[in-house]
Amino acid sequence: MILLQLIVGGLLIGAVYALFSSGLTLIWGMMNFINFAHGEFVMLGMYVAFVIVVGLGAGPGVFGLAAALALFLLGVAVYFALIRHVMRGPMLAQILSTFGLALLLRYAAFWIFSPNFVTLPQHALTGTINVGGILLGVPQLVAGAVAAALTIAMHLLLTRTAVGSQLLAVAEDRDAAMLMGIRPDRMQALAWGLAAGSAGIAGALMAISFPFSPAVGETFALTAFVVVTLGGFGSVPGALLAGLMVGLIQALSAYYFGPIYKDVVVYGLFVALLWLRPQGLLGTA
Amino acid sequence: MRWGWLALAAALLLYPWLVAGSASAAFLQDMGALALLAAVGASAWNILGGYAGQVSVGHAMFFGAGAYLPLLVYQHWQLPPLLGVPAGVAASLLIALLIGFPTFRLRGHYFSMATIAVAELIRIVVGDWDLAGAAIGIMGPATPRGWWDLIFRSAVPYYYIFLTVLALLLLVTWQMQRSRLGYYLRAIRSDERAARSLGVPVRRYKLYALMLSATFTSLAGSLYALKTGFVDPDSGLGILVSVQLIITAALGGAGTLLGPLLGAAILIPLQTATNTWFGGSGSGLTYIIYGAIIVLIARFEPGGLLELWHHRVAPRLNKRREGRRAA
Repeated sequence: MILLQLIVGGLLIGAVYALFSSGLTLIWGMMNFINFAHGEFVMLGMYVAFVIVVGLGAGPGVFGLAAALALFLLGVAVYFALIRHVMRGPMLAQILSTFGLALLLRYAAFWIFSPNFVTLPQHALTGTINVGGILLGVPQLVAGAVAAALTIAMHLLLTRTAVGSQLLAVAEDRDAAMLMGIRPDRMQALAWGLAAGSAGIAGALMAISFPFSPAVGETFALTAFVVVTLGGFGSVPGALLAGLMVGLIQALSAYYFGPIYKDVVVYGLFVALLWLRPQGLLGTA
Repeated sequence: MRWGWLALAAALLLYPWLVAGSASAAFLQDMGALALLAAVGASAWNILGGYAGQVSVGHAMFFGAGAYLPLLVYQHWQLPPLLGVPAGVAASLLIALLIGFPTFRLRGHYFSMATIAVAELIRIVVGDWDLAGAAIGIMGPATPRGWWDLIFRSAVPYYYIFLTVLALLLLVTWQMQRSRLGYYLRAIRSDERAARSLGVPVRRYKLYALMLSATFTSLAGSLYALKTGFVDPDSGLGILVSVQLIITAALGGAGTLLGPLLGAAILIPLQTATNTWFGGSGSGLTYIIYGAIIVLIARFEPGGLLELWHHRVAPRLNKRREGRRAA
């Protein structure tokens, strides 16, 4: 019974990992660019939720949307102010740009919110429900379900809509897309907005049930790297599958080896992947 | 140019005496030693990140290996910390091979991601490992049992030890610059695919750069541990250690011989000043400023201050001088 409980809990958090990793994989697949500040976007989503709940006393629907919108705008702004200028520059500039941004956002959050852990004050989502003997926390259940739905929605957006086709066209061949009348700049800005927005909403979803501090971003960034590598670069369905797997592995290793090993096992998995299957589980070389 | 080098060498050699008369001599000498240490670490990172263009964001693992092992051999066997220094280098080389071998088959970002993941992995494991002091950290000998413990009350002996290592490192880097290794590394940085098609054994040379860089980063860690006599997971293996190495090299000029030195000469006084003015909360502010500096370098001048000087300032000065001569 404990095992089943662990599996369900792991899959629920795994769905949230899948959601924020799908944003990272979108940018990576499209621009061959890695965002080291992605974890900080998740962290900022948590603090947007915190500020909205403390300031307005609003419910999860409101702060989830607020986090998504605020981070969408931040993502677009980051693209135009920074990424656009470095994305075809030297590797050093590409990596340092988002690495520096991560540092800036993390310590600005330290400065504003203090390094202490906080939890969201009273919110509507509480309680547990009993499904066939498994106890499920309502906040985790909502977070997992919403995250899974949004990840699938992201996949549908990319594969079933005109905007998605334009995004993928830019990913495939920037110049050819330009000749077809697509503006790559606009599409890439949109991709950054979507990526940051999904990170923001994932942060808000986790803020409902977990305490957080400005330092949590680094862990999320590394988790997203693992998920994206495991799922294959640029693949949203791959990210969903890999996110669920990582959530599951974390839950099981935290139980069997002790809480600090939940990250050790995942990072170790990442190193093992680099040795054995750098193209990801589903990818081809 | 030769006079410039002589002046720099003389200034570095005489610095502890030059500030000895000041009211805060000990403070300034300590800051000088710290700046030299920062220059050693940044120059070591620079071999890989600057010359070869392989951007490691997890160099703290090599620094930490170099910092932990000297104190560990003291802690467990009461040996002089100095004996742990080669062990730190050996451990760093092992880690370098473990990461470099698989990731250098792939290009660019993989290596950066692998370095940050492995560095965090090591930090978490050491932070939970009682033999390595866990989260509390480990100490060196409190009082010297002989000169070989390298414990001095004044910062001046450390200053000259650090200066010697820095001189050695700069000499190695300078030799590398002029050798086949240097040319290959620069070819790899500017276009890896082109370098490969011209017959450069890309993977092997990237590994050489990584191993050289890891060796000296480990030495920087050892020097740090010998001077402070203490290391814990954050000060030895934390992400901010890597940040410090990167920003010092990138601010002065990544891929240049003296860039890291310039970066250290600017950043260490800046860091000391923010910490003094703002107290404990100053370190938070320092890293906000660091983040902003890194972003600005990446956005406007990836070559750092030396490049800024060569490209933007020096031509303008020359033009003005010529204009004056014509008038």
